[in-house]
Amino acid sequence: MLLIAPSIVFMTLLFGWPMVSGILQAFGGPEGLTTANFTRMAQDPYFWASVGNTLLLIVVMIPIQFVLALAMALLIRAKPRGSSVYFYIWAIPLAVSDLAAGLVWLTVFTDRGYLNSVLASVGLEPFSWLAYDNYASMFMAVLIAEVWRATSLVFVIVVAGLQSIPKDYEEAAGVFGAGFWDRLWHVTLPLLRPSLQTALILRTILAFQTFAVALALTGQNFPLVVGETYRWYTGLQDANVASALALVVMAVSMVTAVGYLKLLKDQSEAPR
Amino acid sequence: MADISIKGLKKTYPGSTELATNNVSLDVAEGEFMVLLGPSGCGKTTLLRMVAGLDFPDEGSISIGGRDVTYLPPQDRNLSMVFQSYAVFPHRKVRTNIAFGLVMKKVPREELEKKVAWAADLLQLTPYLDRYPAQLSGGQRQRVAVARAIVMDADVLLMDEPLSNLDALLRLDFRAELKKIVQQLGSTTLYVTHDQVEAMSLSDRVAVMKKGQIAQLGHPITVYEEPADRFVGGFIGSPPMNFLEGRVTQQGALEVAGQSTEAPEFLARSAARSGGLPVMVGIRAENIYLEDRGTPGTLDATVEVVEPLGHATLLTVDLGGQTIKVQVASTVRVSSGEKVGLRFDQAAIRFFDTETQLGLTA
Ligand SMILES: Nc1ncnc2c1ncn2[C@@H]1O[C@H](COP(=O)(O)OP(=O)(O)OP(=O)(O)O)[C@@H](O)[C@H]1O
Ligand SMILES: [Mg+2]
Repeated sequence: MLLIAPSIVFMTLLFGWPMVSGILQAFGGPEGLTTANFTRMAQDPYFWASVGNTLLLIVVMIPIQFVLALAMALLIRAKPRGSSVYFYIWAIPLAVSDLAAGLVWLTVFTDRGYLNSVLASVGLEPFSWLAYDNYASMFMAVLIAEVWRATSLVFVIVVAGLQSIPKDYEEAAGVFGAGFWDRLWHVTLPLLRPSLQTALILRTILAFQTFAVALALTGQNFPLVVGETYRWYTGLQDANVASALALVVMAVSMVTAVGYLKLLKDQSEAPR
Repeated sequence: MADISIKGLKKTYPGSTELATNNVSLDVAEGEFMVLLGPSGCGKTTLLRMVAGLDFPDEGSISIGGRDVTYLPPQDRNLSMVFQSYAVFPHRKVRTNIAFGLVMKKVPREELEKKVAWAADLLQLTPYLDRYPAQLSGGQRQRVAVARAIVMDADVLLMDEPLSNLDALLRLDFRAELKKIVQQLGSTTLYVTHDQVEAMSLSDRVAVMKKGQIAQLGHPITVYEEPADRFVGGFIGSPPMNFLEGRVTQQGALEVAGQSTEAPEFLARSAARSGGLPVMVGIRAENIYLEDRGTPGTLDATVEVVEPLGHATLLTVDLGGQTIKVQVASTVRVSSGEKVGLRFDQAAIRFFDTETQLGLTA
């Protein structure tokens, strides 16, 4: 008890206290505890738009990222020439902060950006990719930037997971008549399940918090939930509603993580 | 069903300078049981992996049933394999592990279940069908690997030490069982083992490997009785063949350990021509008989160690400064330090060139 006491103190100070004060703030009002902050949050015209955008982004982005990451990881496992170089190239975005990533892609998609210059040079009309009335192209821009920025996290986890699987299993599957897709479906993916689970939880939770990329690219035109938190806090100067929003994001993240764990639970009591 | 024809296989692993297989050629007839035998690291697994298509050779070719498969992926070769590391899928129960190949071949469900039950029964795995591999012992896991391979009815069956992890009793059981099954299936079989008793009892022919090459290929009894070189004689047999330095004189006498007996015709002739010939004399422990000291035609020797084995007694004997093993019936009573005479079974003596180590024959 005495030995773990320091860590308990630290945990309380660094983690517990801000959380408690955040919760209090979310329910706090001029005359004691209230749910008024949540009502205000839900009545804000941007709120449901931001929820919709966030969910749409997650639903479209995560499958794309997993397919991409898996494909790249399998490619590296096949050990073509220079595969170690690929690994570093694909892992680079991991080191780029989300705001920086957003700014990089802004130079591509903005009205006088690289994309429009390329279009112009081949004689096509330039297009306002990020204009608020072009929802589809705005969404695509945010999606591409996020996929570029955050796939490497999934990739690194999947590569590590693949490396821990001995080649024997895939070889055995091949000998017993399994082609590439059968091997992937019946052997590699099941063995990769723990890594995929980790990556999925991490990636989804982080996706709920996507914000800086969209902010850099679109300003307020493509609202996301965490962006709204930021707006309530700095723009509207209402810390209580901001806390309420943050609390909602946290709750949804936790429910998702538990849901994944339940959903992807390994039926075998003793895997590996 | 199909024969295997291997021609001039050379393989060097990346990052290694030594040839893992060095110009191996081997023809296995349809339905034949071929055993690969050799010390650790001699390239047995490498050869098997190339036949399976898991590795590709640098040079040479492999054909199965007349079809060149050298660079074909494993799934297109219609073979099945027991891996040295078992490679039993950890995320599948024993039942679905055994059925894996059948599922891939889209065998109808009824037939699949019948075959799995048959294989499980044969390998005494029925009580474990609904367990995961992690809940099995090493030997049980190995049996799952064997079961998974034999349900396939493949043209070619590759087995890499499939019984290595079983206790002596089970191994004896399964050895006979395996021989029966393979005869029933009629698969062409390549079987790797360290255990030469297994090799002798199972094989139609044995290929003894050494440093990536085939040192001798032949009927197991031939390989045992007439090893092609000193390595094979020393590797096969328990205890291994005894080797004694000797010399055939110009007069046609064989001198061993300072004593002389008569040399065989063909050696006497070549010794007469060359004026004496150094030879390596090889003789197996069970071909040496114990007699009283001084009996004519025997060599004087001293017993150093007596090891009763139950079915026989193994003696370590000093013969003029060279140590050899002698196997006698367990009824023979000797004690260490006893001075004895040794009679070699003349027909069982083998001669080897002292330089090339190759067997010398008429
Ligand atoms: N993946 C590999 N990379 C590099 N060298 C290898 C590899 N696999 C085997 N070797 C080398 O090739 C040689 C032959 O190995 P192989 O596995 O065929 O031996 P083996 O006869 O099966 O031995 P054992 O009876 O111990 O299984 C060995 O010297 C080994 O070190
Ligand atoms: Mg081996």
